[in-house]
Amino acid sequence: MAGLGYGCLLLALLVCAYGIWASIHGVRSGRPEYSESGRRCVYALACLLTVAMAVLEVAFLRSDFAFNTVADTSSRTTPELYRAAAVWSSQEGSLLLWAWLLSMWSSLALFLTRRRMRDVASYATAILLGFGGFFVGLMVFYANPFETTHPAPAEGVGLDPLLRFPTMIIHPPMLYSGYTLCIIPLAFGMGALLARRVDAEWIRSIRRFAFAAWLFLGAGILLGALWSYSELGWGGYWGWDAVENASLMPWLTGTAFLHSLMIQEKRGMLKVWNVSLVLATGTLAIMGTFLVRSGILDSIHAFGGQTLGVPFVILIALLIGSSIYLVVSRRDMLRSEHRLDSLISRESAFIANNLVLVGLCFVIFWGTYFPLISLAVTGHEASVGPPWFDRYTVPLALVLVLLSGIGPVIAWRRATLANLRRNFLVPLAVALLTLLALLASGIPGKATAIAMFCCAGFVFGSIGQEFFRGTRARRAMAGESVPVALLALIRRNRRRYGGYIVHLGIAVLFIGVAASSSFEHANQLSLSVGQSAKVGSYDIRYVRPTATITPKYDEAHTGSTLSLGAVLDVTKGGRHVATLYPSEGFYASQDAEQGSVGSLIGGQPVSHVAMSQSLTRNVWTAIAPDIETPALKRVVTTGNRTLPAEDALVAIAYLARAYLRDPPAAQFNLLVSPLVLWIWLGGLVVFIGGLVAVWPPASTVRRRLSSRSLARAGRRLARA
Amino acid sequence: MNPARKRRLRLVVALSTAVVLASALIYTSFSAASPALTPSELLRQAVPGRAYVLTGTVVAGSVHRIGEALDFSVADRASGADAIPLSYTGTVPDPFKEGREVVVTVSKHGSSYVGERDSLITKCPSKYKTAPSSENQNS
Amino acid sequence: MRPGAAVNILVVVLTLGLLALVVLMVSHPLRRPVDADADADADPAGAGPHGRSSDAAAQDASSPDLTLTLEAERESKYSEIRDAELDFRTGKLSREDYQAIDADLRAEALAILDRLGSPAAGARDEAGEPSGVPRRPDDRLRSGELGEEDERSG
Repeated sequence: MAGLGYGCLLLALLVCAYGIWASIHGVRSGRPEYSESGRRCVYALACLLTVAMAVLEVAFLRSDFAFNTVADTSSRTTPELYRAAAVWSSQEGSLLLWAWLLSMWSSLALFLTRRRMRDVASYATAILLGFGGFFVGLMVFYANPFETTHPAPAEGVGLDPLLRFPTMIIHPPMLYSGYTLCIIPLAFGMGALLARRVDAEWIRSIRRFAFAAWLFLGAGILLGALWSYSELGWGGYWGWDAVENASLMPWLTGTAFLHSLMIQEKRGMLKVWNVSLVLATGTLAIMGTFLVRSGILDSIHAFGGQTLGVPFVILIALLIGSSIYLVVSRRDMLRSEHRLDSLISRESAFIANNLVLVGLCFVIFWGTYFPLISLAVTGHEASVGPPWFDRYTVPLALVLVLLSGIGPVIAWRRATLANLRRNFLVPLAVALLTLLALLASGIPGKATAIAMFCCAGFVFGSIGQEFFRGTRARRAMAGESVPVALLALIRRNRRRYGGYIVHLGIAVLFIGVAASSSFEHANQLSLSVGQSAKVGSYDIRYVRPTATITPKYDEAHTGSTLSLGAVLDVTKGGRHVATLYPSEGFYASQDAEQGSVGSLIGGQPVSHVAMSQSLTRNVWTAIAPDIETPALKRVVTTGNRTLPAEDALVAIAYLARAYLRDPPAAQFNLLVSPLVLWIWLGGLVVFIGGLVAVWPPASTVRRRLSSRSLARAGRRLARA
Repeated sequence: MNPARKRRLRLVVALSTAVVLASALIYTSFSAASPALTPSELLRQAVPGRAYVLTGTVVAGSVHRIGEALDFSVADRASGADAIPLSYTGTVPDPFKEGREVVVTVSKHGSSYVGERDSLITKCPSKYKTAPSSENQNS
Repeated sequence: MRPGAAVNILVVVLTLGLLALVVLMVSHPLRRPVDADADADADPAGAGPHGRSSDAAAQDASSPDLTLTLEAERESKYSEIRDAELDFRTGKLSREDYQAIDADLRAEALAILDRLGSPAAGARDEAGEPSGVPRRPDDRLRSGELGEEDERSG
């Protein structure tokens, strides 16, 4: 069956090559049947890659270890759900996932635009097939997911236990959907420039996809942060790691694009900005994929061989070069229809928004690629750490949040003093009240956190004011009650009010980020049974140890062999708050040198975090039990020596009992962080707002008008 | 001032501000950065008080926990020579083990090396093919 | 090795089948000539004027698709009219700017309705008007809906 999969890849390559030729031939010679054929190539690509994905998925589910990728990333002891997800945990599998998602989203995009923008769509088809062909080519020539070994090994290595969590199942597909969805606006943008048709039609068509890209990327980023916080043992959600940054950069330019597009629609300005942003977003998405897959940056992710680096660099250079050429050579088409009238205006606020977002992107870009830059400039590799990133991104983030409150309420073209007074009084008042309340409440004076809270207050004031005024206007028009008016208002102006909800969500998210970074209490220490630690205003006592033999009692369904943990009692001022059960899971390894018993627990250990969450604070605990005490090590070596392999689990049971009987002191990582839940809630609000904004209005259902009603409409419209 | 001149002036001011800010950013990045060195390079170049990012392999048998600190030695990835003993406090990532590749920020105090708090990163072992954009064990 | 050979044959058959399917799918438009409507509006690359979405619509396909496009444009034009009014009422657009923009947008909407004009069953909202068309501000001024507040804006 591996032959079928590889055959699909080869066919896919041919289809891409033909499709590129056909689309370009179709548009250049004015023969639509060739463009149509090119479009069908995208559909065919989607079909072929679906078959290839199915072949690989089935191989994983059946644990067919003849497939090298299955043997490398899965095992019979890996639970079924994670076996299915292991498809994209390998280099080859993730390339297939990327190509498959690209082909599916491209098919959808081309299907939706099949009757419009023929010439733009033809160029876009060629570009999309070009990307598809690139990734399929990588698989065919460099990283084949369908390589087999005969005879097949009896057991596989197993999925990295760090990945055996539900969040990690959807995180890659969501993130990759985000990346591939960024390529579609890029393709249509380049197509529009090539066909010299940069008009309203183009904007309307790609806005949906740009928005979908933004939504998926954002969800992927947030899920990654959530995974890092809840599953990894360090208690943080963002570390400015290269891979995190790689996904954030296209999201930032994508956000700028979505906003700046509004100005182009309303005032015909910022056209150069918009095409540049859409091209930059797609290029950054490719760079993000490259960063993760080529191991070129010495972060903790060193996957992919160096072999993938060269093709990617060529692709990126090609993208950057052609983007610059296209924008410069078509700049006469991209002239603004209007000029900026005043620096205090909505247009100006949106330009500032673009600048801040691009500025953020530049800072993150510089910091992420700095090792390569310094290598090129000084000959020595050097890296910058989180403090450097924080220093520059925090002020920019403050300005961004402030702008998200200014933008919705500032006037178009020129804001007069009276206008400013009318629109900004309430938001400023809310911000000021927030400041006074915070100062009066006596919280420690962390300047940036307080500034962020005030900015968020400003946003709440301005968005609240917008909803209030909008509802009042609607009630004046239609005489509805408040709730009905509010709903009707949102329903009839989805983009605007959905966007406002997104801004609210962002403000809530940043409140959470500011609070949890500035007011966190941490304690890392070693505790013996009965001892207590003080973290902030909480007391945490190590009551007793726990030891569980899995897979029999594997509640987390992750396939670990042994789980050692603790029962922690959390109290505040003498009052019981929670009982927490952090633990560490020990997994099997393939290392024969560790012996039959040792290899059962010699694999990657994974921390299972226990936390008590509430709207005001999180109490987060993690344990690193000491499994290498002399007594416990003796159990393992004796078991290795004396027990037959099939009875090795008995030694593990003995080990567990020995641990319970005489527990050594364990390392604990204890954190009390305020408002962490606000981050996830804020993200949820952003997502809901996004859905509201992009939901197609019911009135696009086809309506045929009678001549009488048309005449009436015409009379009303024409009265001028 | 006519509108066209005003616009050009605005553009010049905006571009200049951007250039100045970018330059400040670029300049500070070079001075704030810590050079990445292997143990053999570190032994040759280390200046007391400066921070360096050390990459290498954890030497087998060198890992000892003494109270809150974790003592271990890092040797060259390639040759296994030039082991540098250091004392580290802070979060220890899950994959940390003898024989694994680590990245840790160190500085030289007198004749001994101290690991910066929470700066220890353990690279995922090559045996496991790890997921697209995942595990961050940075602190 | 019988089962192995059987699988190999199956793989070859399936691959050839896929190849045939793909070729059929992709060559379909080439084998069956596209009809006259579509041919007539094939636009040689580069001739399209920029910035005029109505022309873009004209270059697109046959009647049913033209209607779809025009209807989408109509809805988005109504949306813009509503948006402008909301901007005016919440103090972001001055009265003069609003009246100018509103007049322009309504003229454009009228042009779209003209091109759409086809006799068929109408769709109305509760008030018996063609649904979706925003009521003119003049009407509402007369009926006293636009209040003092909006006088002060801008």
